[in-house]
Amino acid sequence: MRVALFLTCVNDTLYPDTGRAVVKLLNRLGVEVDFPVAQTCCGQAHYNTGYRYEAEPLARHFSDVFRDYEAIVTPSGSCGAMVRELYPRMGERARAEGRGDTLATALAPVVPKTYELTEFLVDVLGVTDVGAYYPHTVTYHPTCHGLRGLGLGERPLRLLRAVKGLELVELPGAEECCGFGGTFALKNADVSAAMGADKVRNAASTGAEVLCAADNSCLMHIGGTMTRLRTGMRPVHIAQILASTEEEPAA
Amino acid sequence: MSGTFVGMPAFPEAAREAVHDQTLRGNLRHATHTIRAKRRTAVAEVSDWAELREAGKRIKDHTLRHLDRYLVQLEESVTAAGGTVHWAADAGEANRIVTRLVKETGESEVVKVKSMATQEIGLNEALEEEGIRAYETDLAELIVQLGKDRPSHILVPAIHRNRGEIREIFAREMSEWGRPAPEGLTDTPAELAEAARLHLREKFLRAKVGVSGANFMVAETGTLVVVESEGNGRMCLTLPETLISVVGIEKIVPTWRDLEVFLQTLPRSSTAERMNPYTSTWTGTTDEDGPRNFHLVLLDNGRTDTLADEVGRQALRCIRCSACLNVCPVYERAGGHAYGSVYPGPIGAILSPQLRGTASEIDASLPYASSLCGACYEVCPVAIDIPEVLVHLRERVVQGGQVTREGNKVVLRPAKGHAAERAAMRAARWAFTRPGALRTGQRLASRTRRFHPRTLPGPGRAWTGTRDLPPVPAEPFRDWWHRTHGGKDETK
Amino acid sequence: MSSRERVLGRVRRALADVPRDDTPYERAVARDYLGEHGERTVEQTVDLLAENLADYRAIVHRTDAGGLAGVVAGLLRERGSSSVLVPPGLDEGWLAATGVTRVADRAESTPHELDRVDSVITACAVAIAETGTLVLDGSPDQGRRRITLVPDHHICVVRVPDQVVSSVPQALERLDPARPLTWISGPSATSDIELDRVEGVHGPRTLEVVLVG
Repeated sequence: MRVALFLTCVNDTLYPDTGRAVVKLLNRLGVEVDFPVAQTCCGQAHYNTGYRYEAEPLARHFSDVFRDYEAIVTPSGSCGAMVRELYPRMGERARAEGRGDTLATALAPVVPKTYELTEFLVDVLGVTDVGAYYPHTVTYHPTCHGLRGLGLGERPLRLLRAVKGLELVELPGAEECCGFGGTFALKNADVSAAMGADKVRNAASTGAEVLCAADNSCLMHIGGTMTRLRTGMRPVHIAQILASTEEEPAA
Repeated sequence: MSGTFVGMPAFPEAAREAVHDQTLRGNLRHATHTIRAKRRTAVAEVSDWAELREAGKRIKDHTLRHLDRYLVQLEESVTAAGGTVHWAADAGEANRIVTRLVKETGESEVVKVKSMATQEIGLNEALEEEGIRAYETDLAELIVQLGKDRPSHILVPAIHRNRGEIREIFAREMSEWGRPAPEGLTDTPAELAEAARLHLREKFLRAKVGVSGANFMVAETGTLVVVESEGNGRMCLTLPETLISVVGIEKIVPTWRDLEVFLQTLPRSSTAERMNPYTSTWTGTTDEDGPRNFHLVLLDNGRTDTLADEVGRQALRCIRCSACLNVCPVYERAGGHAYGSVYPGPIGAILSPQLRGTASEIDASLPYASSLCGACYEVCPVAIDIPEVLVHLRERVVQGGQVTREGNKVVLRPAKGHAAERAAMRAARWAFTRPGALRTGQRLASRTRRFHPRTLPGPGRAWTGTRDLPPVPAEPFRDWWHRTHGGKDETK
Repeated sequence: MSSRERVLGRVRRALADVPRDDTPYERAVARDYLGEHGERTVEQTVDLLAENLADYRAIVHRTDAGGLAGVVAGLLRERGSSSVLVPPGLDEGWLAATGVTRVADRAESTPHELDRVDSVITACAVAIAETGTLVLDGSPDQGRRRITLVPDHHICVVRVPDQVVSSVPQALERLDPARPLTWISGPSATSDIELDRVEGVHGPRTLEVVLVG
């Protein structure tokens, strides 16, 4: 099976380790991965901040780049939700505004075949034990768009439970938003920071070494708060845990 | 809307203060977490919650789609049952109607059931100007009124007060308004409730005019419904000779049977009860039982403008349960006052900018008072997709476009104060449709990474004030891919 | 233009974009929810009513027709009531065993007069097991709405199983919307202090329910 990695602009620029981990993990599971280098950004920040018209060319570009692949895999719940949930809505809005079906038609092909990483592993590949090894205590934060947008449910936890050496501890208030919210983190910095601090305190109360999530944007906010509050915990993307093996352990 | 909220600062400024008020944070955290857990249990008790929610949504959507027809039908049935129907296009008109009706009775005081609509129009202040005193009788409303405070929650307007603060307000203020608080009043909730009982009793027993809202109005029968807990509603609805109900036009349901949905979903969503202690239903007037005169004031005040927006109109499905407030992480930290409206929380953030428009600073900032986490949508018993409407209203703020104000179509210009952001968004769009430009930017960031400051100046300070920045890697992923996988068609 | 015309005109213009839909209401809204939750025998339904009433702090008593007068007399005695409000159509036999002063439910009584009465006894129109709710509809054995509101002690007699339904939908079907209805689920309560429920505010602080079977 040949799939396209939609890494997302944030991961590409700031978290290349996550991208390398996805490639390593999928290759190990026998999946051939391509990284279409023309990819940029799904347009989520534009769309969610109110710049839908600026997001439209980005969505079209996304579709141009990815439409011919069998499957599109992304290590981001929120970018995955953008394509799956909001691209159809963008098409509908354009139609309602009397701009015809062209946007909806252009975006339609990528919608059903875009998968968040853990979804792709569990639903498409049908695996929960990916042969990983990660000898650390981990707590899992379900990010909002993965949890409520895509409905990832237990998938990430099932994957983590099958990791050798990993001790999973429950995060109190797990389903509460961490306070990132894209431009919300800047526009309402005080509330965002207060939410982040509460999330980090809950995480620290578990005694885990690592807080894991399936979205680096949220982890950037949580991790930035962790170091500022000197908790000694670190944020790690789930792909890096699942890619880690006894031969090549991740930190 | 209520004059008490005029001139509010934008949400972020108001929230900043609240976030650092430790007592307020503690009060809100305690109250919202208590009710959150209870709501979950109450909802889990009914196996058909999803179906009830869907039916509630459809009933409301159907009603809104045929609202003119149902309004006329309601008017006919209320009139046939002995009531008098009045129409108010805006707050000022509703206040004038109510003031005139009270004056016609010759009375100078009214007792009030908790009502969002009368708060929205600032009825108490309007009556006060005409020399009519309005007594709030819901416990939380009483706390707000005695404390000369503003409401901060739809269901529990005094949620920002803890028991100690309430005791103090009662002990200090009750004597100004009537019977003083009992000597040696403590802060146990039961004693505070008892103090309210004693204080309000004399007002109920002598009241000649009651003012209420309604949770539902049934078009086919002309029945109004008030859902409450304390019995203050029953007092106001049955003891006075005249009852005046001010109700938003979106509160209609077509049939009596429709109540079977909402009387199951509303109590569980709001107070997390199987059923609230008291629900009153009345149809016009009844001989020798309850008020002899019944007036219904149908209120528009921005509702038809909201109805004209095909994305935003779903906000009119709201049954004011406040489940979205209780679950909202932003509300929990910012408190209700920061929303600058009698409708705080997620529903307020989509309702106020539609009812009032987005011209003021506070209303233009409300659509951004959310991290779009979606918890509100998940708990909403009529499935209002609040995040969808928030984003839609953000578009209205930054892009402008056609809206309806007071029944007229107008074209909004993009809001001021977003120029830098708009330029940044355009620049990002330009770069993101040109992979080469993106790559150049990434490389530049990587090469200069040793010189990146730990804290940022200007707007960036909003991030680095409380959070560290992630280190920029030595190379972006795409360069690694190019090196290891021999990138081709790079300029596609 | 009147405000009525103004508002209705705005509504019609606001809906100009909505496609016409003349589906009759019965078919326009899918009602896939349940008519009642779970299957129970008649006896179990009555038990559930008792359980849910008690859960919201109503005091539940059970007796048969022969024992009713004795139970009612006992409740008034324990309460120390010297007067009881009586709706005009109440079964006289219910008060046969007590000498407490009867106060008639009259249109002329002022609220202050009602406030001086210790207790009230009524029947009900229907009781809902799933929610622990009693519904009064102002029939002659239930009286005016205010008599079950002002006195601090309410004794409500429910004929079981005839007056008991399982669910809210079943109750609405039995009720007449033209009558003024009061739905009562436990004594008055409030959640206004820290969103924690406390019983006892303006309505009767003690609700005693006698299930007569």
